Amino acid sequence: MFLINCPYCGERDQSEFSAGGEAHIIRPKQPTELSDDQWAEYLFMRKNIKGIQFERWNHAHGCRKWFNMVRDTSNDKIHAVYKMGEKPPIK
Amino acid sequence: MSKDLRITNSKFIDQTSRISFKFDGKNLYGFKGDTLASALLANNIHLVGRSFKYHRPRGIMACGSEEPNAIVQVGNDTSMTEPNTRATEIELYEGLEASSQNCWPSVNFDLGAVNNFFSPLIPAAFYYKTFMWPANFWKLYEYFIRKSAGLGKSPTEPDKDIYDHRYLHCDVLIVGGGISGIMAAKTAAKNNLNTVLIDDKNILGGTTLFQENECFKINNSYSNEWLKKEIESLNSLKNLTIKTRTSLAAYHSYNYLLARENLTDHLDLDEKKNKIRQRLWKIRAKKVIIATGAMERPLIFNNNDRPGVILSSSIKKYIDFYGVKCGQKISLFTNNDSAYETAISLNKCGVSVNSVVDIRDKTNSLIVKHAEKLGIKVHWKSTVVNTNGYKKINSIEIMKLSDDGTNVIEKKINEECDCLGISGGWTPRVHLFTQSGGKLKFRDEDNVFVPDKSDLDQISIGSCNGDFGLDDVIKNTVNLINKFLKINNNDYENLEIISSKEIDKKNIWLLPSDKPLGKTKPFLDFQNDSTANDIKLALREGFKSIEHVKRYTTTGMATDQGKLSNMHALGIIAETAGVKMGELGTTTFRPPYTPLTFGAIVGRNVGEFFDITRKTPMHDWHVENKAEFENVGQWKRAWYYPKDNENMHEAVQRESKAARDSAGILDASTLGKIDIQGSDASEFLNRVYTNAWSKLEIGKCRYGLMLNEDGMVYDDGVTTRLSENHYLMTTTTGGAANVLSKLEDYLQTEWPELDVYLTSVTDHYGTVSICGPNSKKILSKVIPDLDLSDKEFPHMTFKSVLIDNIKCRVMRISFTGEHSYEINIQSSYAKSVWEKCFKAGKEFNITPYGTETMHLLRAEKGFIIAGQDTDGTMTPIDLQMDWIISKKKYDFIGKRSLYRSDTIREDRKQLVGLLTDDPNEILEEGAQIVAETDKQPVEMLGHVTSSYFSPNLNKSIALAVVKNGKKLMGQKLFVPMKNKTINVTITDTVFLDKENKRLNA
Repeated sequence: MFLINCPYCGERDQSEFSAGGEAHIIRPKQPTELSDDQWAEYLFMRKNIKGIQFERWNHAHGCRKWFNMVRDTSNDKIHAVYKMGEKPPIK
Repeated sequence: MSKDLRITNSKFIDQTSRISFKFDGKNLYGFKGDTLASALLANNIHLVGRSFKYHRPRGIMACGSEEPNAIVQVGNDTSMTEPNTRATEIELYEGLEASSQNCWPSVNFDLGAVNNFFSPLIPAAFYYKTFMWPANFWKLYEYFIRKSAGLGKSPTEPDKDIYDHRYLHCDVLIVGGGISGIMAAKTAAKNNLNTVLIDDKNILGGTTLFQENECFKINNSYSNEWLKKEIESLNSLKNLTIKTRTSLAAYHSYNYLLARENLTDHLDLDEKKNKIRQRLWKIRAKKVIIATGAMERPLIFNNNDRPGVILSSSIKKYIDFYGVKCGQKISLFTNNDSAYETAISLNKCGVSVNSVVDIRDKTNSLIVKHAEKLGIKVHWKSTVVNTNGYKKINSIEIMKLSDDGTNVIEKKINEECDCLGISGGWTPRVHLFTQSGGKLKFRDEDNVFVPDKSDLDQISIGSCNGDFGLDDVIKNTVNLINKFLKINNNDYENLEIISSKEIDKKNIWLLPSDKPLGKTKPFLDFQNDSTANDIKLALREGFKSIEHVKRYTTTGMATDQGKLSNMHALGIIAETAGVKMGELGTTTFRPPYTPLTFGAIVGRNVGEFFDITRKTPMHDWHVENKAEFENVGQWKRAWYYPKDNENMHEAVQRESKAARDSAGILDASTLGKIDIQGSDASEFLNRVYTNAWSKLEIGKCRYGLMLNEDGMVYDDGVTTRLSENHYLMTTTTGGAANVLSKLEDYLQTEWPELDVYLTSVTDHYGTVSICGPNSKKILSKVIPDLDLSDKEFPHMTFKSVLIDNIKCRVMRISFTGEHSYEINIQSSYAKSVWEKCFKAGKEFNITPYGTETMHLLRAEKGFIIAGQDTDGTMTPIDLQMDWIISKKKYDFIGKRSLYRSDTIREDRKQLVGLLTDDPNEILEEGAQIVAETDKQPVEMLGHVTSSYFSPNLNKSIALAVVKNGKKLMGQKLFVPMKNKTINVTITDTVFLDKENKRLNA
C-alpha cells in the first residue's frame, strides 16, 4: 500500500487514490485527420514498463485532482509527483 | 495428567491454577500458562493428528507458529468451530475443546492409514498423472478427490464473534520481542521516538527468557536474568506501546503492515462473550525493525516423522518454560551446538539423555565440553538411519557416517528412546523482510539466507539477520540500531558477555541410510507429506525451477507455508541439480505469515455494514407501501409494489397498464445529477455528448448520448439548460460516479482551458416522476399557478416553480413515452411532494410503479438502458441511433472511432426488436439467437437484451442485439432453449406509439 504525496493535499494512503494509466498521452487536437493506425496508436497502445514509468493518478477520495507520478514498477518507489501540465521532473 | 512428566520449577506456569479442557472427547487438565501442545505433552499425548496424504500418525513437533503437524479443530459446536489451528499457539483456557483432524474414525485408529501401505504407488503428482483419463470419468474421480481434499471442517453458520480494525501510526515499529527487539525498543523509545513493539507470544523475552545456562552470561548473570531487568525497565518508557499476542501478518511496501491482535482467544469460555475477539491493526511506520528471530530446522532422515520426534529447541522450551518433559528417555540428533543446550537443560531437570548423535567429526566448543563434563554421551560422526514405533517412537538406529558423508558404515546401534530431539541448525525468519520486497543473500558457511537489500526504511536485527551467538546478537544489534536511528546509545557498552561459540559446522541436507532411497521415508514437508524422494522424482522428470518443483510436489504449500521444509527442499534440489543455493534462490514468501481468520480480515464490514446502502428521500413511503426493493449499485430502489397476493409479474402488469391508462408515479431520485456551470459549459457539453448543445435554448431539455473514446456507448441522460452558463445533467443511476470522474478527467487533463465546474448533486434533490394521460391534471392540482398548456410548457422544457414556497424544478420529459413530468426538489422536501402528488392523483387511481415497470414501459417504446441493452461494444449506429450523432461538430469524445474499420463493418451486432410467433411466449434475457437449428456448431447471431410481456400491447416483446440485424428486418430466427426452440421475427425497436402521440396526450 503506497503512501502517495498528493501535490495538493500531501501524504495520504493509497486507498484514497485511483490510478489512471500512462501519463503524457495527449489527445490529438484533430482526430478526424488521423488514419486508423494513428488513431489506434493513441487509443490503445500503452507501455508496460519494468522500471521507471510515468503515470496518471487521481486523488479520488480527497481533492479529486488529477496529477502525474513517476514510479519504478520494479520496486514501487515513487520518484516524483507533479501537477497536470507540468513537465516531468525526471527524464 | 502423568505427574512425572511435569516438573515444578517453571516460573511461567502457575501450577496453583488448574485448567480443564477436552481433547478428542477426553477430559484433561493443564495449568495457566500452558499451550494446548504443552498440556497435551504433559498428559503424555504425542499423537495429535494424521498426515494429509498417507494418514501417518503425527505428533507435536515444534512450539510455535512453524508447527506442521499439531493442527487441530477447536470448538465442538459445528457453527463456531475453527479448523487448522496450531496446538502450539493455542493458549489453554477453561472449557477449551479440541480434536484431531484428517482421521476417521479416530486418530488412534484411522482407516485412511491404508494409504501408507500404498505409498509407493502414490508419488508426487499422483493425482495429476492418474486421473487424466478417460476424460469422462472425471465426474466420478472428482467426487472422491473432493472428499479427501482439505483439512478440518468449516463452520456451517455465520461467525458470531466480533472483529475489529484499527489504524496505528508510529515512528518505529519493532516486530519481535526477543532480546534484540527489546534492546531496540528501549533504545528507540528513550530517544523520543514514538515506538511500538509487537510480539505474537503472550509474554516478551523470546528464547532468552528461559536461557539459564553457564555458557551464556551477561555481566555475570544468566542471560535470562539480565533480560528480565531489561524488560522491567521498559515499563517506565512513555513513548513505548507494547502489544503482545499480536502477530504480524503482512509487510507491504511503504512500511504498511498488518498485524492481528488476539484479544479473547486465551480467555475462559464464559469470559469471551460480547468482547472483540481479534483486532487487525493497519500500521504505517516511518521505520521498521524486524527482530523475528530464527527457527530450528529438522533433519531429513528415514522415518523422521514419528510422534515423539520433536525439534530439539522445542524440547528445551517445553522443559525450561512449561516445565514439561517430552519423554523420560530422550535421544538427541544434531549437526550443530544447540542440541547441547537442550541436553544440559534436560540434565538439569533430571531427565536422562540417552545420547547425542552428532554428524560432525568432533567439536570442542564451550557448550559441548560442558555437556560432556555432565556425562552426556555423544556419538560423533554418526547419523540416525531409522526410527521405530508406530504411534510413538520407541527406538532409533544409529550408524557411523563415511568420511564424505554420503554413506553409512560399520555396525548399526539400536538405542531405545521415547522421544528424539532433532536439530538441523537455524533458519532466520526472513519472511517479513522478503514480503516487503527485500532481497536475500545466501551465506555459504552456515547455509542460511540472510537479508541483503531493501528499498524501505527498515533493518533486520538479531538472529533473523543471521546472528546466532549471544555476543554477536548484542554487539551487532547495538551498532545496527544506532546507525539506523542515527543516534548514539551507549547503554549496552562494556557488557561482559560469556557466549559459547560454535566452531565446527557440517550440513548434510539428506542424510544417508543403510536402505536404498526408494525404500526410505525421509519427510521434508510434514503437513503435505512430501519426501526427499518426491523432490528427486520431480527433478528426474525435468522440473528445474524451484517454483515448479514446489507446485509439482506440493512441498511448502501447506498451511505452514513450508516454514520447516523449504530450506531442505532447496538444499536437495541444489545438490541433486548441481547448482549453488544462492543461484537457485527461494520460493516467494507471501502474506499472511500465519493464517488469518476471515473475521479479522473483514472486521466490522459484515451484514448491513458490508457495503454502503443509499436510500432515497421517499424510501420510508415505499416501505410503508410494501414495495419490494432491488439493488441498483448501492441504491435500494423500489422494484414493484405487490397488492394483496400478487406475484411480481401480476404487479408489474397492473402497474404498467395503470401508467398508460391513467397515471403512474415513480421515484427517480437515484438518477445521477451533475450541476455544470461556467462560461464554457455549452462547449464542454458539445465535446462530451454526440449531439450539438450550443443552440439549446434556456429552459429546454435535451437527451444526450455519451461515448467512450473508442466510440462505444457509455451513458445517457437528459440535460437541461437552466440559464446561460448553467446546466443540470442527469446520468444513469449506476453510472453517476463514473460519469462525473470521466468528465473531471477530461476537464482537468485534456481541456484545462475550459471554464467549467462540475458538482455532483445526486443526493441534493429528490425526483418525483408522474406519467400517463392524467399526469397534467394531477400536476395542475399540485401547482395550480403553473400554465401547463403545450404552448407554455411543451415537451422537453423546464420550469422553475414554487411548491408550498419551496423552489423546485419541473421538467416535462418522458422515459415512458407518456405525457409526463419530473419534479426535482431539495431532498428533505421530496417525500412530502411525493405524498402531495399521490394525494392529488387519488381520484385518477395514480399507481406507484417500480423499476421493473419502468423498464417494461421504456421497452415498449424501444428506449435503451445503457448497461442492459449496451455492453461496452455498441456504437450509437449499432443502436440505430444515428440521428443523435451531430454531423456538424468537428469533434466529440469517441467521434473518430465511429469510422474505424471495425466500427463501420455492416455485420456488427445491432439492436433490433423481437416478436415471438406465440405472443404469450416470453423470451429469457440473455438467450442466444440463431438462424439454423439443425447445424452443428451453430453460429450465434446475438442475444436477447430486454424481454417483457406488454399488457398494453397484449403480447410479448423483446429487444436484442443481432449480427447484421438492421438488414434482417422481418426475418424469422430461432431462440433455442433447453426444452424447446422459440420462433421469433425481427422487428423495429419501437413497439408502441411510433408517432409519439401519447407525449402530448
